[in-house]
Amino acid sequence: MKKLCLKVAEVEQLSPLVKRFRFEEPTGAALPVFSGGAHLTVEMPEGDMIRRNSYSLISDPYDGSGYEIAVRREDKGRGGSLYMHTKVAEGDEITVSVPSNLFQLDLRAKKHVLIAGGIGITPFLSQLRQLDMEQKPYELHYAARSREEAAGIKLLPQAAHVHVHISEEGSRMDLGSILDGQPLGTHVYTCGPDGLITAVADQTARLGWPKTSVHSEAFTAPPPGEPFDVVVKSSGKTVHVKADQSLLEALEAAKVEIDYSCRGGACGRCHTKVTACDGRILHNDHWLSDDERAAQQDIMPCMSRFKGTRLELDL
Amino acid sequence: MPKTEFSPSIDSRPTYAGLVSQGAAPTIMVADEAGAQALSDLAASDASVMDHAHVVLVGCGAAALGDVKPVAIHDAPDFDAATPLVTQLLNTARMGTQIYLAGSEGLIGHVSALAFAAGMPVDEIQMEHRGSIARRMQCVHCKGITEEVTTDPFTCAHCGLTLFVRDHFSRRLGVFQGVCVDAETPGVVPETVEIQA
Ligand code: FES
Repeated sequence: MKKLCLKVAEVEQLSPLVKRFRFEEPTGAALPVFSGGAHLTVEMPEGDMIRRNSYSLISDPYDGSGYEIAVRREDKGRGGSLYMHTKVAEGDEITVSVPSNLFQLDLRAKKHVLIAGGIGITPFLSQLRQLDMEQKPYELHYAARSREEAAGIKLLPQAAHVHVHISEEGSRMDLGSILDGQPLGTHVYTCGPDGLITAVADQTARLGWPKTSVHSEAFTAPPPGEPFDVVVKSSGKTVHVKADQSLLEALEAAKVEIDYSCRGGACGRCHTKVTACDGRILHNDHWLSDDERAAQQDIMPCMSRFKGTRLELDL
Repeated sequence: MPKTEFSPSIDSRPTYAGLVSQGAAPTIMVADEAGAQALSDLAASDASVMDHAHVVLVGCGAAALGDVKPVAIHDAPDFDAATPLVTQLLNTARMGTQIYLAGSEGLIGHVSALAFAAGMPVDEIQMEHRGSIARRMQCVHCKGITEEVTTDPFTCAHCGLTLFVRDHFSRRLGVFQGVCVDAETPGVVPETVEIQA
């Protein structure tokens, strides 16, 4: 994966839990532009390991002068977001991947409906700019528990087609009324908790929307869990996965060759065959089908964990 | 006349699975005279499919539908007259609208292209071929479209080249592609045959 060594140009507290970071090329050279919904992977060296988390870009896709991301502090997470919040300061050097996109807009759509829950607002911030630039009709619905949680408000334009629903203030998002009666050719995009994504999928199915008009990105970092061991088939080596480490991170730390891109269980790049499994794979990805999950012969190491006595991977 | 079975071809060649009721949803149906029979058969399989249906009939009157009673029947003498009617229905349609097309390949190709332009994925359109197997052909050289092509090769109605009938199909335009048959050896033209299903 192509990497960029950038400088942290700005750090801003957007809300008590969310910080915005701006990265620039130290020489002032222009960075590759991207498309709305793209993410990049940030490297966070901690001791002898490198943690890598993916974050959606929130800046203007056509502006190569810098990349911006917003990071929510997850106190119960594995530490990636805590690292960003506590260790990264203006002037630091930071290594990131080039942007890639698993959540593009379908530009054939007549209209775009964007639905965000909480920190799931981030990919839409770059998409909005692309939609404005392409002059495509859209509406955005952003739901958050409280105004304090709704860090994205500061970054959103004030416009009639941007709707903020704060449940604490009694303004709940009503998916039925948002989705019913949308004109033919509308595409809907959802980013946020799994429950929201499922609710939109159910509602659109009920209304007879074509599946290809419904897009989503689950916004997840790998969950921590109980430590476990994994055996690498080619070398016979046993690798220990710590509680706050993902299987992918543990394999990388042990110098096992493994491919990745999103690190969030969405792109399929880290797909690995399981050659022995005595126990239960805890699948946390959005890639494998239900049948594949049940068969326990495949695993997505960026997200999934294991509980049992022996797990051997075809690596 | 029953539904037409076409011989297997390349992936580009559209296939028409036949109409299957999607129930009482907002609905647009377009058919010619042969296709109207497919709509009657559809209504016989599930009467509720007509509850919210607007039917556009091309080149035939409402009698072609028998006693089927949709919400509205619009009739148009030909494609040119039907196009603004269909476009108007598509432009005011909402997500969840179901589309049923029945009749010749020309009709299905023409209307599915209009629906695709309005944002309807082609895979989601219900289609059934009935009647004439004449094709709408686009000349890849002058881009002109010749309707009702029944022979291979045929003469482009716009530039006069002799064109070979390909199975390559443009979903955007709803037409098959016709390619000059004697480009390498001007004047050497294979024997003309009727197009087969
Ligand atoms: S890296 Fe994308 S699914 Fe694992």
